[in-house]
Amino acid sequence: MSVLVQEAMIADSIPSARRSPAAGADRLFRLASLASALLVLAVLLGIIGSMIVGGMPAFREAGFVNFVSGSTWDINNDVYGAWPAIAGTVVAAFLALIVGVPISLGIAIFLTQLAPRWIKGPVASAVELLAAVPSIIYGMWGLFVFAPLVANYVQVPLNSVVEGLPIVGTLFYSRVPSGTGIMTAGLILAIMIIPFVASITRDILDQIPSVLRESAYGIGCTTYEVVRHVLMPQAGVSIIGAVMLGLGRALGETMAVTFVVGNANRLTSLFDPGSTIASRIANEFNEALGLQLHALIALGCILFLVTFSVLVVARVLISRVKVH
Amino acid sequence: MASTAQAAPAAAAPEIVAWGRVRPGRRIADRLLKVLCVAFTVLGVFVLGWILAMLLVRGVSALSPAIFLQPTPGPGSSGGGLANAMLGSLILTMLGIVVATPVGVMAGTYLAEYGRTSKLASVVRFINDVLLSAPSILIGLFVYTLLVPPLGGYSGWAGAVALAIIAVPVIVRTTEDMLRIVPNGLREAGAALGAPPSIVIRSITWRAARAGMVTGVILATARIAGETAPLLFTALNNQFWFSPTLMGGVSNLPVTIFQFALSPYENWQQLAWAGALIITAAILGLSIVARFVIKKDLAR
Repeated sequence: MSVLVQEAMIADSIPSARRSPAAGADRLFRLASLASALLVLAVLLGIIGSMIVGGMPAFREAGFVNFVSGSTWDINNDVYGAWPAIAGTVVAAFLALIVGVPISLGIAIFLTQLAPRWIKGPVASAVELLAAVPSIIYGMWGLFVFAPLVANYVQVPLNSVVEGLPIVGTLFYSRVPSGTGIMTAGLILAIMIIPFVASITRDILDQIPSVLRESAYGIGCTTYEVVRHVLMPQAGVSIIGAVMLGLGRALGETMAVTFVVGNANRLTSLFDPGSTIASRIANEFNEALGLQLHALIALGCILFLVTFSVLVVARVLISRVKVH
Repeated sequence: MASTAQAAPAAAAPEIVAWGRVRPGRRIADRLLKVLCVAFTVLGVFVLGWILAMLLVRGVSALSPAIFLQPTPGPGSSGGGLANAMLGSLILTMLGIVVATPVGVMAGTYLAEYGRTSKLASVVRFINDVLLSAPSILIGLFVYTLLVPPLGGYSGWAGAVALAIIAVPVIVRTTEDMLRIVPNGLREAGAALGAPPSIVIRSITWRAARAGMVTGVILATARIAGETAPLLFTALNNQFWFSPTLMGGVSNLPVTIFQFALSPYENWQQLAWAGALIITAAILGLSIVARFVIKKDLAR
């Protein structure tokens, strides 16, 4: 707020100051805006509170450690262990990063360093439209278009190669080459995080003063050397922030994953059906009763803690560069 | 390629001279980076094109007037449309935006005009940024515990609240950003005329930032129109026309698409494709309108 307006506000709070007829409305407006801002905080606290309260019975029943590390999810006997879902979530999200981050960085470098002006606008728009496509559409594309391709051109040939091999075999062999599984979910997630990571990285690269770039080119650097030795050291920390933001998205993504992950409660190979926390909740919540309901909310609580810490670190890393 | 790899400085061809005596290793690394960047960009655009093409091919063939006129068919019965789902989605999205807009605009105004660099403002700003990318299914769970058992069952109201919670951070963020770029001179001019802060904000800063704020609301609408996960446990879905009080399940397009796409019935799957095309066209249309609004304003 500018100094003058601030002074007007201070004058307003002194009782002896001349009162304008609108003083009451003025205070009301200020309070309304403050209340709305506090509401944002209240929503976050509400989410935390409802997750902890709702998940408590499940945590108490099994014990927190047993709940996290247990691998049975038996609805009939009310035994709940979250490990397959947690592991599925983490593995799918990291697959998404392994595939998605290099592509995102490539797009960001292309848009900021290589693209001629006429191609920049349309490509940037296309990448941003990719972010606007609803996740359920990615799910349908994944299930009806992408999964059959994975089954025919990846799983079947891969099976014939890796069958019976010791570690590689367990990791990559699929018992039913249906195309659905953790790997397919990871690839779909990779496509979904590309627009976010790419556009944030592009903004970060755009903020680097072009003098740095120009002086590097001036002493004879190639584009690769400029990117590797000038841009990356400058933008490194905030690019890690952008990547973690993508990780936060990938961990919590629900609908697209529910379509392609296969929804099996086990953890075998990367190409076998599995489940993630979000897909488990989406699949079972509406039919859940009693302890199962609490166990699902407890899963949500774990997801919340993980994504919240990832997002907090991401925001801290991204904002650190903007300050100086 | 073979001639450039040898890098003979004496050769007369211009592309070799341009490279001079650059070591092959450096040149290859440079080429590799450029090729990879172009390839990745082509891949990204290609995937977008692929998804849109799939929607067009499968969706257009499933479109018919009945889709806009008839409610969703029961299991095993033929025909039917998506009229109830589309109306339900429209109502839920509208309600969500109507709730979210005042809250989001006021909170954004607080951050940009009152709070500024205060501790509370920076905490709210940070939390808002985190909520911006919080998993939407958790918001669904939160609204479920908040509203579904207390109201005695699934309701459109719970769905609208869940959508509003997703829309608020988007509106807060764009409102604050847009108010921030309003020059301080305008505010000072208003204050010099004796206008109290609330009048300055409402008739000067809001007016100056109007196009940007409208863009924020449109983007928030686009964001929540396709949200499925938060509706699963709040508004659920409804095979039939929902009750006018919005109590009980309210049919909506995203959850209908989810259920129909995974169903074994041929006509349900056709309807899912038609619904997917309609919802994507609506959302991409809104995003394009939002960009147009902001561009027109910046050009002014």
